[in-house]
Amino acid sequence: MENTLYTITVFSENTVGLLGQITIIFTRRALNIETLSVSPSAIKGIHKFTITLYTTEDIVKKVVQQIDKRIDILKAYYNTDEGLIFQEIALYKVATDKLLENGSVEDLIRKYHIRILEMNNDFVVLQKAGHYQETQDLFDELSESVGVLQFIRSGRVAITKSKVERLSDMLESIQLKFGKNN
Amino acid sequence: MENKKITGAEAFMRCLVSEGVDTIFGYPGGAIMPVFDALYDFDKHINHILTRHEQGATHAAQGYARVSGKVGVCLVTSGPAATNAITGIGDALMDSTPLVVITGQVGAALLGSDAFQEIDVVGITQPITKWAYQIRRAEDIAWAVARAFYIARSGRPGPVVLDFAKNAQFQEIEFEYKPCTFIRSYLPIPEVNPEQIELAAEIINQAKKPFALVGQGVVLSNAEEELKVFLEKADIPAASTLLGLSAMSSDFRLNKGFLGMHGNVGPNMKTNECDVLIAIGMRFDDRVTGDLKTYAKQAKIIHLDIDASEIGKNVKPDAPVLGSAKETLPALTAKLNSAKHTEWIASFEEYEKLEFEKVIRREVHPETGEITMGEVIRKVSEATFNNAVIVTDVGQNQMLAARYSKYSQTRSLITSGGLGTMGFGLPAAIGAKMGAPERTVCTFCGDGGFQMTIQELGTIMQEQIGVKMIILNNHFLGMVRQWQEMFFDERYSFTEMQNPDFIAIAKAYRIDGTEVHKREELDAAIVDMLKDDKPYLLVVNVEKKGMVFPMVPAGACVTNILLGD
Repeated sequence: MENTLYTITVFSENTVGLLGQITIIFTRRALNIETLSVSPSAIKGIHKFTITLYTTEDIVKKVVQQIDKRIDILKAYYNTDEGLIFQEIALYKVATDKLLENGSVEDLIRKYHIRILEMNNDFVVLQKAGHYQETQDLFDELSESVGVLQFIRSGRVAITKSKVERLSDMLESIQLKFGKNN
Repeated sequence: MENKKITGAEAFMRCLVSEGVDTIFGYPGGAIMPVFDALYDFDKHINHILTRHEQGATHAAQGYARVSGKVGVCLVTSGPAATNAITGIGDALMDSTPLVVITGQVGAALLGSDAFQEIDVVGITQPITKWAYQIRRAEDIAWAVARAFYIARSGRPGPVVLDFAKNAQFQEIEFEYKPCTFIRSYLPIPEVNPEQIELAAEIINQAKKPFALVGQGVVLSNAEEELKVFLEKADIPAASTLLGLSAMSSDFRLNKGFLGMHGNVGPNMKTNECDVLIAIGMRFDDRVTGDLKTYAKQAKIIHLDIDASEIGKNVKPDAPVLGSAKETLPALTAKLNSAKHTEWIASFEEYEKLEFEKVIRREVHPETGEITMGEVIRKVSEATFNNAVIVTDVGQNQMLAARYSKYSQTRSLITSGGLGTMGFGLPAAIGAKMGAPERTVCTFCGDGGFQMTIQELGTIMQEQIGVKMIILNNHFLGMVRQWQEMFFDERYSFTEMQNPDFIAIAKAYRIDGTEVHKREELDAAIVDMLKDDKPYLLVVNVEKKGMVFPMVPAGACVTNILLGD
């Protein structure tokens, strides 16, 4: 079976050691995490993990079930790119003199929808948001034309296209059904 | 009104009492001393059994939990005590055994500084527990203990570790205990889905050759009676996984025996002949399925399990049924048509005859030659009226004990299935006897495994625990030797053992015993062993190169059964 890029979304309680519990499941199956981003979710006290990896659907299904099984995990699911709106953000540090010498700053900004975050005598920091290939294209072009002093790309953040059950609704129904006094 | 303040250690004891704990297996040490000090005042409520090694404490707690259905509790110190407990914790995870293991930990101020006997217990145990938590403040004790017991015993049971920092044991707090009944991120028992029941019932109602696989889930959910009603209504023959054994009594008409690598011929052959395979509370372990590519491909598969992550993990079901067997079995039974599968059930007989002729006659009823392991096991089973709790070690002794013991009630076979832990038998038998003091507890061990936890004879001596220990002594690591004979050209690499005088060792611990060399001595020795409720060691010198058959070689198709002829 061919490997596909899957995005796993995990909602969890904000407890110590949760990331470890999740990565153990990947380690056991010798799976590489491609990108990872963790942040507080829209619901107070609940964190959201977005993890991407290349694997088969059979494996990603099992991984998600095993993540979901952990006590402090509220919900885990997976999607392919087709089911998601997603974005990554990248920062590029380039030498100011080289960028100016190159002469095409405006073209570059128009072509890639770049924002400039910082500019001084020594360096310029550019920011680009987009899909992996888009941030990579800019990296390739800058590397070739002016050289990139530093480069960093975030993990993916994603929102589902499908009308999935919202976590807040799920929590409410669980609370109503089982947790009357808690 | 202001509550009186008590120490964390005392609060902890009160939590245990509130959870109904009356037995603890443990071993004291530096980082858990305040708790042991508090325990000193709770001796009316809690019976603490001092094992001789922390691994022994965990296996004893497992034996206790498996026989009683209650949560097994271990109390040990930090560092090496915690690492010694790892084997039992891992074993409990693999075999879904409810345990709460409390480890001492250095004071919170020292955490992360490589303090004396500090080790990252939560980090080490996270992959092998349902939940691992470090208590750093006394305020968290009641919450953490309540949660620990709830998690360990609910849903698919399993081990929980509480790593208890020493400062929290000393710290004084106002104490109030509230049991845990709900965790919003954890729904232990999935709700029964009527559509899944409907679909499964429809498939079973159309079956001509249905076959059920019975796993430990039936025992863990106390659904033995529901299982029987289910099987009888639709006249479905069934066989058990290793951990499912004794969920059905041996003489139950529809019980066709034991599945898997050293299981019975019929159940393995029929797995690939049936038209509907109904797996109940089992996880399609590789020792049951052999080669998955050729496993039950002809059958529609129905999988009942409480754990969603087991559904489709190894075998993809046509009809998954999520939920506790206690609820799903009756729901399913209600939708079943009464049926008769007389011919299909009778078709198991030819395999039973074949197995008896080729394997069982020689192993269980030999008339000449050296003593076999199988005959010892059957004689002990019969001498206890098939009522004993049978605890095994791992290896040939285990497979033969599983095969040749007969079971008249549930929770009668306690064995390390998933992890296959040698050294399990002796301490687990101690726990089993504590958990079921009214029952006879017999443990079958090999000479190898017995020596892995032999120090627990000290525990038996001190507590006078009436465990009947039977060493099937072949002076070999028998199962490994069997594989060497079959698959490694009889190159017996480090499997032959020079053994001590086991009876002399028992005597040093003031435990009675007998050693048997000849068949004629066996019956009398068993009678002597069972004459009272005291601990007893029976050493039986059996044939050196005994084999366990039938055998489905690892990774082979379940119908590729070797009979050793």
